[in-house]
Amino acid sequence: MSDIRARQRAYWRATLRLTSILLLAWAAASFLPGWFAEDLNAYSFHGWPLGFYMAAQGALIIFLLIVWIYDQWMTRLERRYGLHDED
Amino acid sequence: MTSTPALFRRLGRYYAVYAAGFVCLVIFLAVAEQLGLSPRWIGQIFLFSTIAIYAAIGVMSRTSDVSEYYVAGRRVPALFNGMATAADWMSAASFIGLAGTLYYSGFVGLAFVTGWTGGYVLVALLLAPFLRKFGQFTIPDFLGARYEGHFARVVGVFAGVLASFVYVVAQIYGVGLITSRFIGIEFEIGVFVGLAGILVCSFLGGMRAVTWTQVAQYLILIIAYLVPVAILSYKVTGVPVPQAVYGEVLQDLGVKELELFSEPRENEVRLQYRYRAEEYARKIADLPESLVAERVGQVERVTELRTQGAPAREIAAAERTLRDLPRTSDEARIKWERARQDSLSRSVNPPPHAEAHPGADRAARDSARNNFIALTFVLMVGTAALPHILMRYYTTPSVREARRSVFWSLFFIFLLYVTAPAYAVFAKWEVYSNLIGTDIGSLPGWVASWGKVGLVKIEDINGDGILQLAELTINSDAILLIIPEIAGLPYVVSGLVAAGGLAAALSTADGLLLTISHALSHDLYYKMVNPEASTQRRLVITKSQLLVVAVVAAWVASLRPDSILFMVGLAFSIAASAFFPALVLGIFWKRANKWGAVAGMLAGLGVTLYYIVRTHPFFGGSMADAWFDINPISCGVFGVPLGFIVIAVISLLTPPPPLEVQALVDFVRMPDEGRKALETENRL
Repeated sequence: MSDIRARQRAYWRATLRLTSILLLAWAAASFLPGWFAEDLNAYSFHGWPLGFYMAAQGALIIFLLIVWIYDQWMTRLERRYGLHDED
Repeated sequence: MTSTPALFRRLGRYYAVYAAGFVCLVIFLAVAEQLGLSPRWIGQIFLFSTIAIYAAIGVMSRTSDVSEYYVAGRRVPALFNGMATAADWMSAASFIGLAGTLYYSGFVGLAFVTGWTGGYVLVALLLAPFLRKFGQFTIPDFLGARYEGHFARVVGVFAGVLASFVYVVAQIYGVGLITSRFIGIEFEIGVFVGLAGILVCSFLGGMRAVTWTQVAQYLILIIAYLVPVAILSYKVTGVPVPQAVYGEVLQDLGVKELELFSEPRENEVRLQYRYRAEEYARKIADLPESLVAERVGQVERVTELRTQGAPAREIAAAERTLRDLPRTSDEARIKWERARQDSLSRSVNPPPHAEAHPGADRAARDSARNNFIALTFVLMVGTAALPHILMRYYTTPSVREARRSVFWSLFFIFLLYVTAPAYAVFAKWEVYSNLIGTDIGSLPGWVASWGKVGLVKIEDINGDGILQLAELTINSDAILLIIPEIAGLPYVVSGLVAAGGLAAALSTADGLLLTISHALSHDLYYKMVNPEASTQRRLVITKSQLLVVAVVAAWVASLRPDSILFMVGLAFSIAASAFFPALVLGIFWKRANKWGAVAGMLAGLGVTLYYIVRTHPFFGGSMADAWFDINPISCGVFGVPLGFIVIAVISLLTPPPPLEVQALVDFVRMPDEGRKALETENRL
């Protein structure tokens, strides 16, 4: 009984760690390119000014990656802490 | 209950057949058009056949089971829930309006693209899996359980209904616009045709029917969005993948813009608009005498034309101008001020498309940047707080499926949002390179046909018979609908785009109506007024609420409120500041209690509404009173942090929540109760 409690606590701590890292990545992708857009626009990426590209496409791809990584990683965490439903 | 993999395969088969059928319909109509089928018929066949499909799905999914009606029986596979959420999410504003917004505002409009996608990261990380684990029916359900009692629930119902109702009126308005333009009926009748389309989906089958029609609607809207711009991209660059190649077109567009902005005739036109703006300013300053002078002058002109025996058309036009003159000084002031602003905006070059944070000086650029960041933030947090989106994650079979389903939602939404900027760039390129600088007498046919409905305007202000950029106005909502014609594509593509717009508006309206009627019948009636109500009675109440809300929303839409579109922007701020802090802290901070939550929700909502009233001209406010120059649309940027702070402070000042609430938080944080975990526990 105490074993499962401990595992649940460890699982939640790992979840919080993962969530904060991914939230940082989210905030960086969301706000940094917008804040520095004028400077980024000096560089070009396949024809796009970089600042424009980041807001129009780059950030969106990062968002998709974050959500995908979260899903994969959480599934691994569930397995590691034995909270996983084998189907 | 069918097992998930089997259900998944069966659904896959159904929707593959359905998508193939739809493509066949498009091809059939394209051939029929070549054989002489009239555009009017094409529009009608498109709109009525798609509504018939949605109705058929709605009737087939009818149900009288509470779990089916509220959460589609909780067995919607992740992929399909992703599609349904995407359709639920992408409204008429995303489908029709976004390309036009990006066309006019360039980089500035990208706040919508990043904002409306980035919010799903918050949904995935902070909300969806935990709400699914909680596993009730509505968002106020969670607030009521976590923050013990009716007070938090009522605040949740109020904010949810406020945000959703404004939003649903805008959708029905969009449906009215599309049906009236493409099948040529009155706007007011179009609104009620749309209403019928919405009701057949949601009335009989609730969430279950709405889910399966939304998947169908997603397929149509994404096909309709991607096909025209792919063809346009192929025409311009030779590659039919607009998202990958529009960078180069954007580069060429930059060169073209510089060319146009330094063209002498273009500058002459801009100068004339400046003179006109100054004239309006003088007339406004000289009110009321200037209005009298204007009327006398116009009367004289009509008499003069009559005595000269001018053509009847000219006389009629002069008489109409006389009739349309403002009646009072106040009316004149408003009308002329609008005209002055319009002329003034034409007297300067628009900012280059890719320029970040445009502004005349450093201060203006900084203000543009702050507003860009604030708007991105509000749209993201608002996305993660709109009840009709969060509610969808109650419908998946498990926590893991809910998590995966956010990924699929974002993926399907991504497809549209990554394409919208390409739409804008290709459309601008076509207009700048093929339309501007041509002879006004020989413009393509679509200019006249859209001019008739007032969505395209041309004024040869310098009288040189050639179209300058400043002389052309295309309504921003019309850009997307006009693109197929700009590219010279057959009418069947226009019909397809209209069907897509209709799908986008109907799917969002369905989701919103369900949210409102669930909040009223489940949260207000069942949970608070009459907890003893039988299942049957609950469903009867829900269905009648749905009907009432739908009819009221359609009635409001048929009054054509101008203010509705700006209110939709505000819905995000309202939802963000009312729900987001209470929901997130409810999951991640056990110490948050009911006093903190209620105070935080009220404070966040209050400061948001106060800021709107203070700064928005519609309520008599002015931007002079703004804080840090933040536009009213982004007011949630103040409400959200305040909500967090108030919840934290008040919670710490009052006793912690009871043990059973803390146990609920622990329960919500853990993943599905796996068989393995249970077995381990049994062994111990």
